[in-house]
Amino acid sequence: MSAQLSTPVDVPAATRPLPARTFWGRALRHRSFVLGGALSLLVVASALLSLVWTPWPPTEIDIASKLRPPSAAHWLGTDSFGRDIVSLLLAGARSTILVGIIAVSIGLTFGVCLGLIASAKRGWTEEIIMRFSDFTFAFPAVLSAIMLAAVAGPGMVTSIIAIGIFQIPTLTRLTRGSANAIWAREFVLAARASGKGAFRITIEHVLPNILSILIVQATIQFALAILAEAALSYLGLGTQPPQPSWGRMLNDAQTMLFQSPMLAVYPGAAIAIAVLGLNLLGDGLRDLLDPRLARER
Amino acid sequence: MSVFVLRRVLTLLATLVGASVIIFLVLDALPGNAAQMLMGADASADAVRALTVKLGLDQPLAVRYLQWIKGFVIGDLGNSYVYGTPVASLIAERLVLTIPLAIMSMLLTVVLALSAGIYTAANHNKLGDVGVMSLTQIGIALPNFWFAILLVLLFAVRLQWLSAGGFAGWDDGIWPGVKSLLLPSISLAVVQAAILARVTRSAVLEVLREDFVRTARAKGLGKREVLWSHVLRNAMIPVMTVMGLQFANLLAGTIVIENVFYLPGLGRLIFQSIANRDLIVVRNCVMLLAAMVVIVNFVVDVLYAFIDPRIKVHDL
Repeated sequence: MSAQLSTPVDVPAATRPLPARTFWGRALRHRSFVLGGALSLLVVASALLSLVWTPWPPTEIDIASKLRPPSAAHWLGTDSFGRDIVSLLLAGARSTILVGIIAVSIGLTFGVCLGLIASAKRGWTEEIIMRFSDFTFAFPAVLSAIMLAAVAGPGMVTSIIAIGIFQIPTLTRLTRGSANAIWAREFVLAARASGKGAFRITIEHVLPNILSILIVQATIQFALAILAEAALSYLGLGTQPPQPSWGRMLNDAQTMLFQSPMLAVYPGAAIAIAVLGLNLLGDGLRDLLDPRLARER
Repeated sequence: MSVFVLRRVLTLLATLVGASVIIFLVLDALPGNAAQMLMGADASADAVRALTVKLGLDQPLAVRYLQWIKGFVIGDLGNSYVYGTPVASLIAERLVLTIPLAIMSMLLTVVLALSAGIYTAANHNKLGDVGVMSLTQIGIALPNFWFAILLVLLFAVRLQWLSAGGFAGWDDGIWPGVKSLLLPSISLAVVQAAILARVTRSAVLEVLREDFVRTARAKGLGKREVLWSHVLRNAMIPVMTVMGLQFANLLAGTIVIENVFYLPGLGRLIFQSIANRDLIVVRNCVMLLAAMVVIVNFVVDVLYAFIDPRIKVHDL
């Protein structure tokens, strides 16, 4: 992004910025960014791979070969229905990412719009939007999911909506807070003086300036969405069998704790890797996109 | 100050009313007919109508809503559709478990988080700081119910020190009950503490950079004295805000964790009621949880206005 700006052509060789000054140059030296990026890529790659190939069909039940220990045929063994663990883990990544992406998109769409409106309008509009967002805090994802499941039945859609709702207030607050800071800047005053309306200023000046903060937060929210999805499908409120999901695998494994304890370890480790990866990636992005914040930490 | 508290109380009441309207609309109006749901699709129309009248569902929506709110305020929540027993006593039986679990977890969270946060801030950028902070990074990534399962694997399956689940009750004294809530509250606390420890650390570091800290050090106070007497009180405000927000997570967490340990708390009650289509129980449980979250955040808001007199009404 700042690559073109920081490498003018006529600078003497001695003072020419090192490659480390470009975004990717800095990024590849940033430890959390690299580690987080690698872990996140691993999860995304697993999900993509599962679309075209898994060692065994992930939903194929084969009672005869149930609870097998790891072997050449089944690298991590099989579960109580004889399903291949590696295949289930790969396919589970798919559900996790799907729910996460849709839920975060819902949260971003509503949260960012509400935050921008609150910041542009101020006064009563802002007050109402902020009270509404305080109010939404009273409904953690599990609570909304319970209500929806009670009336509409559990399922992937239920969990997506519940997680999406739970994402909105955080993003509204963040957007409004950062947008207010931009509205107080002189270039916005100049834009107003030149006759631009609130809508144009929001689109042309406010949004581009808070974009990096939103990207960082979206990464963190994605991690939270994965945790929530896992909890909901563990409780049976989210992704339903036979659709493979990590939370569901943990639920199945819990009844087999004494016979096959490792069955409860793999899916949880997969969730932890995905969440850790996204959190580290978010931390890295924050440092890279907003060096001021990095210095303050 | 009194204007501020009054304004907060009004907001609190408005939030509670808003929450109750949404819960009522989703759980009472949306499904169409609770009686039909209870009796199943193949029940005869007459039987459904009879049950509708018996449950009072034939009255207008607004009347039913006001009756529910009136009952909620005086503690009469009506009778369970399925068991026929008062909902209030069903919930009270379960709160005996859920409230101690939430309190134990919150206490553990605070103890773990404050000690880790203060330790790391005092040893900023040293080996201990980096080590503990890496642990918290992992702690944040752990799903609490998976951590709970790992604890069961270690302490119940492998070492066999504690039972894998169930609740001993409070009849034989406090210890058996506390013992059966030990693993659940640890699994809830560790993950929350990881987040709170990071908040504490950065709050303490922030205050350590203030001028008054330098002044205190310049007048000859030791590092330790400054940390305990000047820094902590000032660092507590962001920490308390996050604690208030975490309480919501904690209540949501108890619902999940109760299922891991087969604990007969509020969470299990909600799930049984969903399975039984006992919507009146679900509605009251959800309202109770939402109300607790809102009230705790209200208390935090008011408390930190008292702790930090610099906070003005319009800042909040």
